[in-house]
Amino acid sequence: MLSRVAENLYWLARYVERAENTARIVTVNANLLLDLPKGVAPGWRPLVDITGANTLFEEHYKDYGERQVVRFLLGDERHSGSIITALAAARENCRTIRDIVPREFWEQINGLHLFASGELTKGLAKTGRHPYLRELVLRCQTLAGLLDGTMLHDQGFEFLRLGRYLERADMTTRIADVQSANLLPDADGGRPYDNIQWVSVLKSMTAYQMYRRSEQIRVQRGPVLRFIFKSPLFPRSVRWCMEHARSGLERLPRNESSLREMGRIARLLDHADLPALSQFELHDFVDDVQLGIANLHSEIAATWFPPPLVTEEAA
Amino acid sequence: MQRAWGEYSCEGFYDELMVGPALPRAGCEALAADIDALGPDELAARQEAAEASIKEMGITFTVYSEEGGMIDRAWPFDVIPRVIPEAEWRRVESGLKQRVQALNLFIDDLYHEQRIIKDKVFPQEVLAKSVNFRPQCVGVDPPLGIWAHICGSDLVRDRDGTLYVLEDNLRVPSGVSYMLENRLVTKRVLPELFEHYAPLPVDDYPSQLFDTLAAISPRPAEYPEVVVLTPGIYNSAYFEHSYLAQQMGAELVEGRDLFVDSDDCCYMRTVDGPARVDVIYRRIDDLFLDPEAFVPDSILGVPGLLRAWKAGNVALANAPGAGVADDKVVYAFVPEIIKYYLDQDAIIPNVPTYRCMEPDALAYVTEHIAELVVKPANESGGYGMIVGPAATQAERNRFVQLIKKDPRNYIGQPTLGISTVPTVIKRALEPRHVDLRPFILTADRQSVTMGGLTRVALRKGSLVVNSSQGGGSKDTWIIPEGAGEQPRVEAAQAQQSQAQG
Repeated sequence: MLSRVAENLYWLARYVERAENTARIVTVNANLLLDLPKGVAPGWRPLVDITGANTLFEEHYKDYGERQVVRFLLGDERHSGSIITALAAARENCRTIRDIVPREFWEQINGLHLFASGELTKGLAKTGRHPYLRELVLRCQTLAGLLDGTMLHDQGFEFLRLGRYLERADMTTRIADVQSANLLPDADGGRPYDNIQWVSVLKSMTAYQMYRRSEQIRVQRGPVLRFIFKSPLFPRSVRWCMEHARSGLERLPRNESSLREMGRIARLLDHADLPALSQFELHDFVDDVQLGIANLHSEIAATWFPPPLVTEEAA
Repeated sequence: MQRAWGEYSCEGFYDELMVGPALPRAGCEALAADIDALGPDELAARQEAAEASIKEMGITFTVYSEEGGMIDRAWPFDVIPRVIPEAEWRRVESGLKQRVQALNLFIDDLYHEQRIIKDKVFPQEVLAKSVNFRPQCVGVDPPLGIWAHICGSDLVRDRDGTLYVLEDNLRVPSGVSYMLENRLVTKRVLPELFEHYAPLPVDDYPSQLFDTLAAISPRPAEYPEVVVLTPGIYNSAYFEHSYLAQQMGAELVEGRDLFVDSDDCCYMRTVDGPARVDVIYRRIDDLFLDPEAFVPDSILGVPGLLRAWKAGNVALANAPGAGVADDKVVYAFVPEIIKYYLDQDAIIPNVPTYRCMEPDALAYVTEHIAELVVKPANESGGYGMIVGPAATQAERNRFVQLIKKDPRNYIGQPTLGISTVPTVIKRALEPRHVDLRPFILTADRQSVTMGGLTRVALRKGSLVVNSSQGGGSKDTWIIPEGAGEQPRVEAAQAQQSQAQG
């Protein structure tokens, strides 16, 4: 398989995953705010914090109001992490590899891109937002299902999975980092509404129901952190994503350095006693994990992707 | 024959299907009757079905939009096939092989001893001003001595029925994928037409192309690594590049997928590491092929590729520099070239051509520009030319100035009354002008596509068939003798007896 094709597949999966995750956190935040009194509600800023694009946001918007943040995350073409941009990028990555993915997949991703841009105005309105985002998530899931169920599970498929799981793990760490910063680490239900916010952390990953089944313990900081970072069974936990990325890496040639990087992340997860970490320590831990994921990405790119273009302008 | 054909009239041109009103050509009777039996509404419906199929099959070409972006357009197609009797086609086929054989000898000579110039058959000054002569290629011996492995020659038929070669495309001729897809679409939307006819199949082109490319592999391997090199998704022929790669089972690569190592071999970057490439079917112009040898800031190409090719470690099709024969002034010398290298007369004639480099010809062309078509030597796609009869006086005057400034760069030809084929326009059949682009493959042996791509100028009266300028295409049928002599509709039989009587 051509390196360029592998790279396109990897980014295709990352962008679809990014669009889905963004849709999820916006939905959950909107719900959460309806449950919280004005003084307590953290508002919309944390969502921009999660994407880490605050500088870009502040260049173009005067405050972190609902309308501004939602537009930035859903439909701002200047923002590489917005749903619209992510889906356009996913589609572009898919264009040159139409022979590799199932034909239906290309039609679906084309349709999804058209839907997301065509219905954007509805999605930005308060009343239309929920159905718009629900449809987006559903369609992203359809894409993932199409690939799992109809594509050759060959090398190319492994690159899709790598892209998907790296992006997902990265997003999980971001959500944990930003949301827990707003919450007191040792408040065992001490502050009112803390509980509900931890619930919302779980819900941004569709993890609430599964947490309940798996942990059989009430929602509180320690177990929640353990669940979203270390659960071997929940498919959005960092450990789960890394384990599955690892099994993909093992099927690829020349995987030594990537597997080494993967081992580092695994050890980091194994050794962390998350409930015992203070907020600052947690933040450092998240930084380490994110750095690990970034390093893993660099290894993957250096080993299997074509070298980046040097010249800017096409002839 | 009233229903579909209505008032169909050939308007003084040679029509490929009809001799005159309601009078089909020999062999085309059943086809004309079948079309008639469909009636105008059904024809229009089939035309719509064809357009829907084309969208569904994703047959597109890319054009520059007015806003500056690129758009994928559905390939314009007309359902009425263009028919050529097999006997005539066999003669054309041998004429094309003869032509390309001579052109390959000519190119090889130009990059070696230049005997044809020394023998004063071909003027040195034409070569001196050729923009497609590549000094970098002098002395190179490509495998089998072949430079133009894939050639697309454009044929047109004049009022009297004579077929002429209008030009030879030896650089990166495109259109063959549409030829293949057109047959599929016709089978899908007009299956009844195949009840009386079995046009000779066209679909072995991809395997012949693969065999041609494999034959020039520098390594004698059973499965040489053949790749198709595309400038990328924004090229107007990207659809074709990906189509041919897929059909041949070859990798479709871009410049950055390849590199030339210090061993002067060409490799592609794969997930498993570098993989040696044997043959590159390149769909990138010479000048962008290798920034080390040609345009330095090209990022479409592969640094060092020319070096690897010269070392004989990778084969390029077509060879760099083959375009020297793809020049409308060189074209004017092709009959002499055939005579010189093969000692034969050209089987298919050239359109009579005035070479403006010759003073008499220049005087004639500038005086008679109102009757002539004048073309620059190295443009394609119908750009930079003037159709005298259709131009305004001011445009003609401006063009005469251009010619006088650089006579070597222009040729003049009489405006041909090129032939027509019935075409579905709304709910009726109207004649539209067509040309024909067959593709000739040359390596250890030669083969010609069965027919080729018939391009049709969809605008009434227009002679410009290029898809970038409002052209469409048709399926092309080569029919064995005796086919279609049993018409289905009695009315058509009556017409036939009239024709005989």
